[in-house]
Amino acid sequence: MTFTAPVLEYALLAPILIVLAGALAGVLIEAFVRTSARATAQLFVAVATIVMALAQLVRVRNEASTTAAMSSLVFDGAGVLFMGTILIISLLSLFLIADQDNFTAAAAAVPGSLEERQAHQASARTTEVFPLTLFAVAGMLLFPLASDLITLFVALEMLSLPLYLMAGLSRYRRLASQEAALKYFLLGAFSSAFFLFGAAFLYGYSSSVTFAGIQAAVTGGAGNDVFLLIGIAFISVGLLFKVGAFPFHAWSPDVYQGSPTPVTAFMAAATKVAAFGAILRIFYVAFANAEWQWRPTLILIAIATMVFGSLVAIAQKDVKRMLAYSSIAHAGFLLAGVIALSKQGLDASIFYLLAYGIATVGGFAIVTLVRDSAGEVTDLNRWSGLGKRSPIVAGIFAFFLLAFAGIPMTSGFIGKFSIFSAAYQSGSLAILIAGVLSSAVAAFFYIRVIVLMFFKDPVEDGASVVIPSALTTTTIAVSAVVTLVLGIFPAPVINFIQTTAFFLR
Amino acid sequence: MSSLVVLGLLPLLGAIIVGVLPSNNVLRVKQASLASTILTAIFGIYLATKFVANDTALQFVQKNEWIPSFAINFSVGVDGLALVLIVMSVVLTPIVILAGWNESEGGRWSAKVFYILILVLETMMIGVFAATDVFLFYVIFEAMLIPVYFLIGGYGSGERAAAAVKFLLYSLFGGLLMLASIIGIYVVSSNAGYASFDITELADLHTVMSSTTQNLLFLGFFIAFAIKAPLWPLHTWLPDAAKAGTPGTSVLLLGVLDKVGTFGMIRFCITIFPDASKTFTPVIIVLSVISIIYGAFLAIRARDLKRLIAYTSISHFGFITMGIFAMTTQGHSGATLYMFNHGFSTAALFIVGGWMIARRGSSTIADFGGLQRVTPVMAWMFFIAGMSSLALPGLSSFVSEFLVLVGTYTRYPVAAVIATIGIVLAALYILIPVQRTLHGPTTPGNETLPDLNLREKIAIAPVVAVIVAFGFYPSPLLNIINPASAHVLEVAGFTDPAPTENAGK
Repeated sequence: MTFTAPVLEYALLAPILIVLAGALAGVLIEAFVRTSARATAQLFVAVATIVMALAQLVRVRNEASTTAAMSSLVFDGAGVLFMGTILIISLLSLFLIADQDNFTAAAAAVPGSLEERQAHQASARTTEVFPLTLFAVAGMLLFPLASDLITLFVALEMLSLPLYLMAGLSRYRRLASQEAALKYFLLGAFSSAFFLFGAAFLYGYSSSVTFAGIQAAVTGGAGNDVFLLIGIAFISVGLLFKVGAFPFHAWSPDVYQGSPTPVTAFMAAATKVAAFGAILRIFYVAFANAEWQWRPTLILIAIATMVFGSLVAIAQKDVKRMLAYSSIAHAGFLLAGVIALSKQGLDASIFYLLAYGIATVGGFAIVTLVRDSAGEVTDLNRWSGLGKRSPIVAGIFAFFLLAFAGIPMTSGFIGKFSIFSAAYQSGSLAILIAGVLSSAVAAFFYIRVIVLMFFKDPVEDGASVVIPSALTTTTIAVSAVVTLVLGIFPAPVINFIQTTAFFLR
Repeated sequence: MSSLVVLGLLPLLGAIIVGVLPSNNVLRVKQASLASTILTAIFGIYLATKFVANDTALQFVQKNEWIPSFAINFSVGVDGLALVLIVMSVVLTPIVILAGWNESEGGRWSAKVFYILILVLETMMIGVFAATDVFLFYVIFEAMLIPVYFLIGGYGSGERAAAAVKFLLYSLFGGLLMLASIIGIYVVSSNAGYASFDITELADLHTVMSSTTQNLLFLGFFIAFAIKAPLWPLHTWLPDAAKAGTPGTSVLLLGVLDKVGTFGMIRFCITIFPDASKTFTPVIIVLSVISIIYGAFLAIRARDLKRLIAYTSISHFGFITMGIFAMTTQGHSGATLYMFNHGFSTAALFIVGGWMIARRGSSTIADFGGLQRVTPVMAWMFFIAGMSSLALPGLSSFVSEFLVLVGTYTRYPVAAVIATIGIVLAALYILIPVQRTLHGPTTPGNETLPDLNLREKIAIAPVVAVIVAFGFYPSPLLNIINPASAHVLEVAGFTDPAPTENAGK
């Protein structure tokens, strides 16, 4: 038996390989650098890695539209855009993660134990979070490029496993954090099983695990349609779980709330881009010609997701839970782009992911600033009157909320406009109407927070705003500026997406 | 750069100047705000003199690409209709600032913020009437909610936060319905081969729309405008907002912002969807008549001065809407003139009413009495404002109300006759409070109220001058309005009913 060595296009894969190398370097730093210098070294390596990966991505962007790594990855315009978005969001999130106050000193210690207290007294730091982040980023970069089910699964696990760990690193409310990690892990494992199950059925249907092979089988129409249906259904469950679509959303409020806020920001923004990248690719490429099989169901799921997310968010009293439900609603809006199944739908989805991802990081960055002596304050009642104490921070948060609500002059509005017009253009009037109505409902709870911050007087045990570190300030400023600019002069970005985005079939 | 754009940028420039002034020097902030609004007003009137009344094409046009991929342009221009409303807005703003010289103090934030909000709002008021791109119109239409929201919630009185939220949610709901229609316009026009948001190009769109599509899209726009203008039964936010806002805010809200609704009905509903407008006319006429009568009854029963003025406005907006949907040139000219006149008569009522309330420390009508003897000038001003509101012949509102009724009578005699009852009721709702507050013996608590000072006299003088001057000699306005009204109806394909001997029998 002869063994053929796989051909890897190192130059093309450079962005991913650099991130992986950076992650490994982080592991080595963890082992060899002395404790006091670790945080700085890790931060430096992580930031340098992402920046270098971005630079490499810029270099290879024009070599796109080819397959790589023995056809298991596809380098096309859409893939490059997804990678770019993920890297930018990761960089902004890393700046938040750099603020180590949010992370526990000893993740492995039992909450409240002597060991934990000693670690705190020794001011130990959870610097492992940096390599973990980089591993997750590498998985996220692979996820929307994967062009066969096996690679897709590997990427899914690669991005998920570090996230499960990162969810459990919160310094305050250790039990909730660990619960979040466990919950995320169990449900994630469950959904991975669904995914694999579906992959097996698709293989049974098409005798192939590649997207091209599945598409050929769908077009040929020779396979057993029941297998195809079951395959699509279970694969979709696995992917929809990651984006938190109804009814696979149950994990997200608890995980968003329990995780350290910088991790929540990273998870909410970057995971969504990666997962929607993969969803768009698999539905646009592999399942495109079977749309009559999946479209009606997906329309139902999209509508249910929008309506459920918006309605339940109204009842939330915790800002992180509220943002979690709002992100569920946004997953519904994003599904409209998948349903559109058109070039406009793809462009709109990419723009929406960029706009929403950056605003989300900015929004959570503000949440990290609102604290009292016992850490972050996420109880909305204690946010009351924040606008009086810290008008600038509250004002920027209000601006992000308006962007989530899709008010004109924010990126959220342009995103909403483009994604709904793409959906309507492909004939889904129901999506348009449901989207608009649930936006109206969503506006209610966003505005409620603005009222709370600006029109209510501060409560006695109210939260105060800490002075942000330079890096956190950068993240907030960049996110706010991008959200504003994408709302007022979106034309260059839209044009770039329009000329670049396509899926290589 | 078109001089119209310059006009729009002047207040914004003022806002920037105010923004860099030190916030503790309140007087300087006020002077700068007043100066920039007066400059804007002078420039606006100068533009009006340059306007060629008989040219029905849009004038002072400017068109720049904004988001080319969606065929969105930054395009502005005015016809007679828009010009009249812009002039009204720029004249009212400095009056509002001068009349409410001290209302910026004692708010939730500094006086500086108040004036920045007012100036930004003025830019948007000019922009919303000048926009000839539906998308641009929508952006400003929604964005202008934000400054008003903060003006009511931050500087108002009583239940200001609740009123601000009610206002915002109502408007956002309508706005989102309009967004759905705008997406519909985009999709329909691109399916027809030319994607466009340009109001002149969209005039032909109705020829390619099915009647169902047209009806749905029309409703999206109309409901948004009917909330804005407010038409029964969508009016419930107005009294609360008008009561909670400062008098100046309420002048801008009722005098200018609500006109965007009636303006939009002419500019967008009738021009883009003439067939649907025809279909819905009976319903809208009925709603208008109900608004006229119901608003009047609410006003008669009102115990609060500010709510009273708000209710009279609901009645007046009924007249305006009826005039518009009568689809006759007289009705249209009357409605447009009514918008202008209502702006000034409401301004007079709110400004003088605001002074009375500020002096007495109460807005309950029953708390006043016999002001004629204590404060003769103020009482006379209130009297004139009231007479203008009930459309006394010789004052400007009479001309417009008469034109609306005549224009409606030629097509809908029954509606016109019932609406005439509104005039009788108007006499009641004005004369009763005039009698209670101004005449009779001076009641306790009113004996020492000071009369108008010089600043207040200067502020109210132009308003009264406009009311009286255009009451005797309305033709300068009508010369501008008439060709524009005729043009709107001509484009939409409506002709006046030919006079016959049996007309109206």
